[in-house]
Amino acid sequence: MEISTAIFYLVAAVTVGSAAMVAFSRNIIHSAFSLLGTFAGVAGIYVFLGADFVAGVQVLVYVGGILVLILFAVMLTHRITDVQITNRSAGRIPGLVVVAILFVLLVQSIGETPWAKAKEVVYKATTASIGDLFLGDYLLPFELASLVLLAALIGAVVLARQEIKE
Amino acid sequence: MDDLVAHPFFPILVLFCLAGIVVLALLLVAQKVGPKKMDPVKAEPFESGNPPRGDARIRFPVKFYLVAMLFLIFDLEAVFLYPWAILLRRLGTYGLVEMGIFLLIAAVGFLYAWKRGALDWE
Repeated sequence: MEISTAIFYLVAAVTVGSAAMVAFSRNIIHSAFSLLGTFAGVAGIYVFLGADFVAGVQVLVYVGGILVLILFAVMLTHRITDVQITNRSAGRIPGLVVVAILFVLLVQSIGETPWAKAKEVVYKATTASIGDLFLGDYLLPFELASLVLLAALIGAVVLARQEIKE
Repeated sequence: MDDLVAHPFFPILVLFCLAGIVVLALLLVAQKVGPKKMDPVKAEPFESGNPPRGDARIRFPVKFYLVAMLFLIFDLEAVFLYPWAILLRRLGTYGLVEMGIFLLIAAVGFLYAWKRGALDWE
């Protein structure tokens, strides 16, 4: 086995292992911290896919931003004062139904995807081509992204300010 | 082994490995070499500081969340700047206007947060 393949399996194992920790850990803080491994592992998988810009954004936004946000959300919960902080699942039967549907969907999409294998993997910087698409073909969605961020900002300010006043 | 060294992301792998090795080495050296004489004063959370009051596990004020949220939003705005910055010279005025609209919308949000006092810490 090539060393890069071995490293890929290592990264994949870290990703799936941390994801399992997130799902199965009884302590919500442990779950939140395990997300770090999942996010970093996904960044590694992006690297293996040759998506350098997406991998960088993954580290910058998910590891650096979303994880902090989730940790803050955990610290804001009522039950943080309890020593036994558990994340009990909502119910086994609804959970099973959701998991079964998701499983069928995933198997179906795996089966229908044509797994073309590149003869030779060429790694090149993707940032410029992403920029070309953003400012060319996808200009409107790009500007709309700014509006979505504006809406998120206003929503955050309105909700948080209300709570401070109360 | 050659394919690994030739990989364009090999330097990043080396960087991560070195970072891990340095952290582990520092922790191990500190544990092996450092003197360990524990007494009640040293065991306090803040040695020679104020005695801690109350529980460490408290609900944090929502202000922290607001700051994190604002950081994340402007973080995302900044991410969109990278691909544009690479193409800046090629796109010229056209690209400048496009990014100007994008940033103007972001600036409206910033002004809103400022006027509503979301940036104040009271």
